[in-house]
Amino acid sequence: MYQFLYDLIGNEILAGLLVAVVPLTIILVFALFGIWLERKVSAHMQDRLGPMRTGWHGWLQTVADLMKMLQKEDIIATDADKTLYNIAPVLVFTGSFAAYAVIPFSSKLLGSEVEIGLFYVIAISSLVVAGILMAGWSANNKYSLLGAMRAAAQIISYEIPTALIVLSMVMFTGTLSLDKISQMQTSSFWNWNIFGGAIFGLSKFLLIPFMIVGALIIFTSTLAEVNRVPFDIPEAESELVAGYFTEYCGMKWGMFMLAEYGNMFAVSAIISILFLGGYQSPIGYLGNSIGTQWLVPFEQGFWFIAKGLALVFVQMWLRWTLPRLRVDQLMTVCWKYLIPFAFINLIIIGIISLI
Amino acid sequence: MALKTETMVLNMGPQHPSTHGVLRLELEIEGELILSVKPHIGYLHRCFEKHAEAMTYPQVIPYTDRLDYLAAMGNNFGYVVAVEKLLGIQIPERVEYIRIIMAELQRIASHLVAIATNGADIGALTPFLYLFRDREYILSLFEMTCGARMLYNYMWIGGVSHDIHPDFVRKTKEFIIHFRPTIVELNNLLTFNKIFIERTANIGVLPVDTAINFGASGPVLRGSGLQFDVRKEDPYSIYNRFDFEIPTGKGLVGTVGDCWDRYYVRVLEMEQSLRIIEQAIDKIPDGDVHSAIPKRIKPPKGTVYSRVENPRGELGYFIISDGNLNPFRVKVRAPSFVNLELMGELCKGHLVADVIAILGSLDIVLGEIDR
Repeated sequence: MYQFLYDLIGNEILAGLLVAVVPLTIILVFALFGIWLERKVSAHMQDRLGPMRTGWHGWLQTVADLMKMLQKEDIIATDADKTLYNIAPVLVFTGSFAAYAVIPFSSKLLGSEVEIGLFYVIAISSLVVAGILMAGWSANNKYSLLGAMRAAAQIISYEIPTALIVLSMVMFTGTLSLDKISQMQTSSFWNWNIFGGAIFGLSKFLLIPFMIVGALIIFTSTLAEVNRVPFDIPEAESELVAGYFTEYCGMKWGMFMLAEYGNMFAVSAIISILFLGGYQSPIGYLGNSIGTQWLVPFEQGFWFIAKGLALVFVQMWLRWTLPRLRVDQLMTVCWKYLIPFAFINLIIIGIISLI
Repeated sequence: MALKTETMVLNMGPQHPSTHGVLRLELEIEGELILSVKPHIGYLHRCFEKHAEAMTYPQVIPYTDRLDYLAAMGNNFGYVVAVEKLLGIQIPERVEYIRIIMAELQRIASHLVAIATNGADIGALTPFLYLFRDREYILSLFEMTCGARMLYNYMWIGGVSHDIHPDFVRKTKEFIIHFRPTIVELNNLLTFNKIFIERTANIGVLPVDTAINFGASGPVLRGSGLQFDVRKEDPYSIYNRFDFEIPTGKGLVGTVGDCWDRYYVRVLEMEQSLRIIEQAIDKIPDGDVHSAIPKRIKPPKGTVYSRVENPRGELGYFIISDGNLNPFRVKVRAPSFVNLELMGELCKGHLVADVIAILGSLDIVLGEIDR
């Protein structure tokens, strides 16, 4: 992508900026769409209609809300630590936005071809924790503080099972590059990693159950990392009002919201790359069969977004079905169940990959 | 060197999403652990008892609506039963049946709110909306009868304000047919949900002797395993004619008297209320609902205490009459007020998140606590 733009324009900085604009547009559009989708999904699950008046089935509602947020007065509490208070939303947003830099939306649309993409994603998304802690501490509000402490404990704990599963996939595929992992799972859904990857023989069938367990574990733990129900205790509205962003308003609050929806799609994208073939089509490409090669990247983009949205839909589905866990139960789930299982899974996948 | 640590005081409320009104809980916490809970009340005080002294007897009824605003029929019922006892008048059969049906419908509507908000506090928002959808059926039945959806002023001394609508019996039967399956749906969706059980079982355990010592009543007392219901123990109106059971907490998924038991008692009580309505709905005799309303209500000198089983517990009215047109004193024994005092006892040693679950399971209404 960068190379293509560089050849076209011939200016490094301009090409770099243009490359950065693409994921930013995607995250913004997705956040708008995601919030609308969340409203409609929750509404239809609850026997309601949701927004119906602004545009067709209310699709402009989020745009209207965003306009409202931009115009709102920016209130900062007197006792807040103003520097940290202002940095925090930016940091949280950066953390979730920067992860998009290495996510391959299709074989042609890739922000930056970093060889250590997975490592980068895990590292950069840790920025979110720092931002959340800053937000909770600087707001000088007891609810914010409690929420931030919960968030820090939760996100750091749940990074371990996530990292263990990612590690097992790195071991299996032998690369950290998200693009290469996607390329390996080409041609048919039977080659997806969740079905044992593009290998043949007995070990493929042995791998299938462990891959499915791995996918479930990483889905659960990333659900906790993005603070969704049943793991939304950092922002549990019935206990902590709004958790770490209680004191925020206007667009700063909006940035937390955008970051949350950005994160939702980012983790779904990572899961779909690791297990569900990334941008690869499950049934082959129309462009290949009718001889129009330029169509293929667009199809890949379609499949990637479709898979991501399907996983986002499952996240929403869970949110509107389940109650919320308590702090200690949340830690129990992580340390007593997810981590041991992820660890055993890692060892078994390692052994099977060897034979 | 020891680190200097201190506990944090967290004011939960009066503006908080799940204190069910304007309650302020002063939590002393160490990290997430609760050391003590002090409820502060009085943000909704409206001087009901003082007001009542300046009103004539019938004029008090609209004020009783506003005590427990989620069960206004029950409040009306308690008050009119007390005044009728003071006057010593006989009520037509038709009125008795209508009153019982209304009171039981109100009990279902009130328990629906209690269950829904208890679930919503724990994070289950979808059952909340499902139950409010079903509550809407009951509210439309009330609206059809007396024109109001929340504060009815329906039961009058000696009668009721309006006779039932011609469609009322049919619509109520439809509601019963519709509502039975939704209880099953509720149980599948929330009651036996693993996470919900984790959050409520063994939380806020209330032993039966503590419950009695604190004077708890209603589902809170029955959740602890004691079979006590004013409708059975001290039958008023014509409750002794109906066949129904008093569900109690059995510790099905945890300890007897935990939050889940209090919650489940409400679910079972809704079924019992349906049974009472089913028995009563076909037997409503003909008659005039206004025939026994006295022209001038001036009770003789004396006092009366009368209690009814409101959805939240034992609602008592103590009325002193000095022989005038207005009562000398009206004292309300509000069940939520008594039940709320358990907060300090129940929350000790639990986490912040449990305070919400416990408060939800006590099911308080600030309207009758502050009066």
